[in-house]
Amino acid sequence: MSSNVTPTSKPVKTTGLHVGDAAPGVRKVDPILIADGVKRTFGGLTAVDVDHVEVPRGAITALIGPNGAGKTTFFNLLTGFDKPDAGKWEFDGRSLAHVPAYRVARMGLIRTFQLTKALGLLTVMDNMKLGAKGQTGENLFRSVLPFLWRKQEDEIEAKALEILARFKLDTKKDDYAASLSGGQRKLLEMARALMSDPTLVMLDEPMAGVNPALTQSLLDHILDLKSQGMTVLFVEHDMHMVRHIADWVIVMAEGRIVAEGDPHIVMQDQAVIDAYLGAHHDADLGSTDTEHVEVLKELIDDEQ
Amino acid sequence: MIDWIAIFSNAAQELISPTTAAYALAALGLAIHFGYTGLLNFGQAGFMALGAYGYAISTLSFGFPVWAAVLVGIGASVVFALILGIPTLRLRADYLAIVTIAAAEILRLVFTTNTFDALTGSASGLQGYKGGFADLNPIPAGTYGFSPFTYNAYDWWIRIVGWSLVVLLAVITWLIMRSPWGRVIKGIREDEDAVRALGKNVYSYKMQSLILGGVYGTLAGMIFVLPRAVVPANYQTSLTFFVYAILLLGGAATILGPVIGSMIFWVLLSFFSGFVARAVEAGWLPFMSQVQAGQLRFILVGIAIMLIVIFRPQGIFGNKKELAFVK
Ligand SMILES: Nc1ncnc2c1ncn2[C@@H]1O[C@H](COP(=O)(O)OP(=O)(O)OP(=O)(O)O)[C@@H](O)[C@H]1O
Ligand SMILES: [Mg+2]
Repeated sequence: MSSNVTPTSKPVKTTGLHVGDAAPGVRKVDPILIADGVKRTFGGLTAVDVDHVEVPRGAITALIGPNGAGKTTFFNLLTGFDKPDAGKWEFDGRSLAHVPAYRVARMGLIRTFQLTKALGLLTVMDNMKLGAKGQTGENLFRSVLPFLWRKQEDEIEAKALEILARFKLDTKKDDYAASLSGGQRKLLEMARALMSDPTLVMLDEPMAGVNPALTQSLLDHILDLKSQGMTVLFVEHDMHMVRHIADWVIVMAEGRIVAEGDPHIVMQDQAVIDAYLGAHHDADLGSTDTEHVEVLKELIDDEQ
Repeated sequence: MIDWIAIFSNAAQELISPTTAAYALAALGLAIHFGYTGLLNFGQAGFMALGAYGYAISTLSFGFPVWAAVLVGIGASVVFALILGIPTLRLRADYLAIVTIAAAEILRLVFTTNTFDALTGSASGLQGYKGGFADLNPIPAGTYGFSPFTYNAYDWWIRIVGWSLVVLLAVITWLIMRSPWGRVIKGIREDEDAVRALGKNVYSYKMQSLILGGVYGTLAGMIFVLPRAVVPANYQTSLTFFVYAILLLGGAATILGPVIGSMIFWVLLSFFSGFVARAVEAGWLPFMSQVQAGQLRFILVGIAIMLIVIFRPQGIFGNKKELAFVK
């Protein structure tokens, strides 16, 4: 389990991110992403209903919440992969409403997917190269004239090799991505996201299915992104990881933001406990709740 | 007795016939659509019809020179690709399949109906458009070659133009598929959302692919009608399926596959039809009439293709390694 992950060094936490008391929708000193009244319903079900939320720049923010809280849907809305019923949101001061997903990516907001999307029948190296921005050879007419893009291609390849080496995937560069293990694909997807030098990286459950031995190196990679000046927003169920690397935590439940704050403090918030156990947990503690009880126990153990 | 020499030499002639070249071009277009981009275009017959009719009508009704008639055909297929692609390429893959199969049939029926008889010649089609192309022939009149490849100047001219086009488009396809453009296209085949998340305009790339492969189909349609007449009945959905059979036979995401696949397909078809016809004549198949024998060749080709697909599912030039990961 994740409990045998021993941090090699204590990461430097970024503090002083918010203005005023930590509450849902609290203002940030320097927000990179702001969402306002973003709402998405599927038939009768309200999957996302966020009044106001700001993501602090240059920090690692965790988005947590029970299954079905709307985290992935919120990710999809922010990145243009889904359209909200209402609301506006901006990235780096520019509105993202009605901006198609590929343009959002070009603006420097790169995401990964909960269900990994490695391009199976492309080699690991081709997966990486695809991530690079502004490629001359991606134009159909220029593509037939290799001398126009050969030099850029070499630069991209060198950069890809360097990132692959950091993720310990360089020995796999000529293999089909389909031949990688689940955890390696998570790594590849993250490595590929870095090819475009993003300003904000949004990771949907980067640790899911990754073995504990690899978890530590993934954590280091994410911390590394911060030290390179990137902002990270990630969804995660593993509370140890959240506490270990997050500078800020946003808690979602039933589509709403129910709590925000410092990772060590927010876990004790009554709203968070309610979110994980259901608001009526003292009335009826069903067997399906045992998992969540485990999570909370882990949290409380960890705090002591 | 059966004249084996005739059967084999007829079959050998298909190796370099203009029809084989035309099918190779159409299959190369489908390789771009289906093999590389993952677009299910079931309307390749429609693109071919546009080439045939675009060329013939602009020559016969408007007196256009060859180059202009070719451009009209290409222009028509670009417009056709846009009409097919704009509403469907944002939707799931199967929508394109439905729309293309229907649109190609609509085109064929429009060419068949009596309403436009003055332009299209309705069901009997068009002929007499070859003059301009024949005038460009630099080969002096006469008969050339060695048996079984002995043809007159015009027949050689069609073959030279047809196969030059095959070589040219095969080289272009090879160049673009090993470029960054081809990488995006193959990425879209694997997972278009992932490619979108990396900042590529997937819709535009799919449209480019649809147009490009469609233009290949259109050029195929022009080569196809140079040794024969334009007849609307040739552009049925079965034409598209024959082209798909060729593509799968050769290997869907390959360059040589469609070309060699077309050769094998036509050689086999000619061989079986020659063999069956003569076998019936010789009384080897007493339970069969000549008409039934004409159909038998398609059954035999079907069986041959099934065997190849069973024992070499990646196609002749496909990569065996890829197959291990097919979902
Ligand atoms: N395409 C869809 N159609 C209908 N309902 C959907 C759709 N996508 C999500 N939902 C619903 O919206 C709610 C939020 O789902 P979402 O995937 O965002 O949850 P999540 O917080 O990411 O959960 P998990 O932690 O399990 O990944 C769920 O109740 C889900 O059933
Ligand atoms: Mg999710």
